[in-house]
Amino acid sequence: MKEVFFDQIATGEQLPSLTKPPITRTTLAYFCGASNDHNPVHIDSDFARAAGADDVFVHGMLDMAYMGQLLTGWVPQSAILSFGVKFGAIVYVGDTITCHGEVVDKTEQGGVYSFKLKLRAVDQNGESKLTGEAQVRVSPPRVSAGRTLNNQ
Amino acid sequence: MYWPVDPDTLRAAKINGIGMLDKTLIGKSFPPLTVDVDKWQLKFFAKAVGEENPIYFDEQTAVAEGYRSILAPPTYGVTLGCAVPDPFARAKAVGLDATKILHTAQSFEYFEPICGGDQITLVATITDVFEKRRGAFKFMVEETVATNQLGQLTTRFRQTVVERT
Repeated sequence: MKEVFFDQIATGEQLPSLTKPPITRTTLAYFCGASNDHNPVHIDSDFARAAGADDVFVHGMLDMAYMGQLLTGWVPQSAILSFGVKFGAIVYVGDTITCHGEVVDKTEQGGVYSFKLKLRAVDQNGESKLTGEAQVRVSPPRVSAGRTLNNQ
Repeated sequence: MYWPVDPDTLRAAKINGIGMLDKTLIGKSFPPLTVDVDKWQLKFFAKAVGEENPIYFDEQTAVAEGYRSILAPPTYGVTLGCAVPDPFARAKAVGLDATKILHTAQSFEYFEPICGGDQITLVATITDVFEKRRGAFKFMVEETVATNQLGQLTTRFRQTVVERT
């Protein structure tokens, strides 16, 4: 992971996007056990259809975990100050999720440099599935307080 | 049993039944839940989400990075909160039908990391209960504070669920 510096990124710049493999029933079975969310609508097609859905659908928290990986692939997890999402549309088995992030604000407060990120996850058709925000700490500017890269 | 201590609250939930939201539960905290952060389950979670960073499944890497043990990913607090016989108990208490619930929003604030072997105590408080579109959508918002075995605040998270009728 490359260090992210405050002065290196401008507002409006995109994070490297993250595309996960298509979500299979196996993915959902694993996540059911691993996440403690045992709701059968995510793993049992018979149950899901009886409940009025077309088929099993994806745990919102799996989509959010993928979005978390977009963040932790860019900055260390310890740099994440806050992270929130809204689950806008249901993700179905077979969908491929791509996570996007954009720097929308840069802040310095008490010597802590951070970025506000706007987050969005879309499926293989580009349909928006999840939107959100995160605040992440970044490294101070490389050139500051009379010091330059050369004498650091 | 993970349930409001107040017997009046319990009775109110029963009387109200499904279909009526019990706004008297707003502001109520629930008995603390203490959960062991299982390393095996952390590794399983990492596998389930296709995690490639060894900090989430390799003890040596995590310790070399300064953590007590393998690191719990950013969203893991919700998984800890679901480590109860009935994760929908609070939703049911306010009068939501657990079979029709969807998760609509989730957010976290982070303080100290959660690692394998930790013991995390979660205290959940219902912060809002409301309806939209003349009761067609019923919402519950709850906030959970997660403290570790050292008494340090690890994360505070907020969850919104909706029952669609």
